[in-house]
Amino acid sequence: MMLASYATAPTIILDLALMAILIIVAFSIVRMRSLFAIVMLQGVYSLVSAAWFVSLDAVDVAFTEAAVGAGVSTVLMLAAMLLANRKSDPVPISKQIAPLLVVIFAGLAMFYAIGDMPAYGDVNSPANTGVGMDYIDRTTKEIHIPNVVTAVLASYRGYDTFGEAVVIFSAGLGVLLLLGLNGNAGRWTASPSGQNIYPPMAPSANSRLSVSSDNSKSVTSSAVKEPSSSTTRKSKRKRFKDKGNN
Amino acid sequence: MLSLLLDQYNYAVVIILMMTGLYVVFASRNLIKKLVGLSIFQTSVFLLYITIGKVSGGQPPIVESHGSDHANSETLLFASIGEVDSVAQSSSEVLYSNPLPHVLILTAIVVGVATLAIGLSLVVRVREVYGTIEEDKIEEYDRIYYKEILERQ
Repeated sequence: MMLASYATAPTIILDLALMAILIIVAFSIVRMRSLFAIVMLQGVYSLVSAAWFVSLDAVDVAFTEAAVGAGVSTVLMLAAMLLANRKSDPVPISKQIAPLLVVIFAGLAMFYAIGDMPAYGDVNSPANTGVGMDYIDRTTKEIHIPNVVTAVLASYRGYDTFGEAVVIFSAGLGVLLLLGLNGNAGRWTASPSGQNIYPPMAPSANSRLSVSSDNSKSVTSSAVKEPSSSTTRKSKRKRFKDKGNN
Repeated sequence: MLSLLLDQYNYAVVIILMMTGLYVVFASRNLIKKLVGLSIFQTSVFLLYITIGKVSGGQPPIVESHGSDHANSETLLFASIGEVDSVAQSSSEVLYSNPLPHVLILTAIVVGVATLAIGLSLVVRVREVYGTIEEDKIEEYDRIYYKEILERQ
């Protein structure tokens, strides 16, 4: 164990610096309200964690995280952010206490469990002596490519990667369906039973027509709604009666 | 407690990051900020797995081959002795970090982006319908809407 800590001595400073940057970035995301800054800091967080992945010998993970985590998800978030407000509303203190307590208790429980974990960089930990190291020996004989991670990803766990591709496909399909495969994106409003959810207290479709024809925009929404709501009430009663008969 | 500071400090850092992400998910009422918190939480879980697979003095799990003879693993294992100050049982063996967590996390990163894309498109739809992405306002509009529906019946 003494030898192990000696071997990591030069990189330990780098590791500690990266950890400190990660914590600072995460805490500043908590404090910030500007969505643009939050999204950008998320990209910074991904990039710094990618740097730490390099230090942790996970080079494949590092460049995937840098490309996908810091690149693609930042672009996705910016694209979604452009369609929404740029600033988040402040959260009152009274609504922050319960999440804080939950997080503190969960964190303490996990700190309690740290004692059972293997030491950082332990060669003989259960995780590092089992099947993982077996892959290194087998890859050179069986797959004949130098990169063990690629060999495991594409060959030993090929079905896993196939499942991953299915997940990405269904996610892309879901995004297309959610955002309007029929070219109707951005023009969709929810009006179940003829009443808009947003803006609230809005008149229903029929009464909005009557407002525009009368040019009486100062009329309160409740007054405008009167006729249409009565008709819908009648029709609903009718429907209920039909159901009752059935 | 001392061993936590010397040997297991990586877990402490990862837990702090994880709980920060979880707090953002719980406490923030803005949907995009919630998703940012979720991705911080995710990245912290990735860090947890990768730190478990780290081996002190190890190399990235890319087996160095010299020449075309890559069938013989013995030559590969003894190829680059001088570069590593080894802590293994025999000092002549190249140490590699555990590749298995790397593979699992590679899959997890890509799946994480897929779920993030779905979440963001849900946010866009919520914005289209409600005109806001603040949870408090959404709940308020819902309350007004359902109240009116109830009044009509």
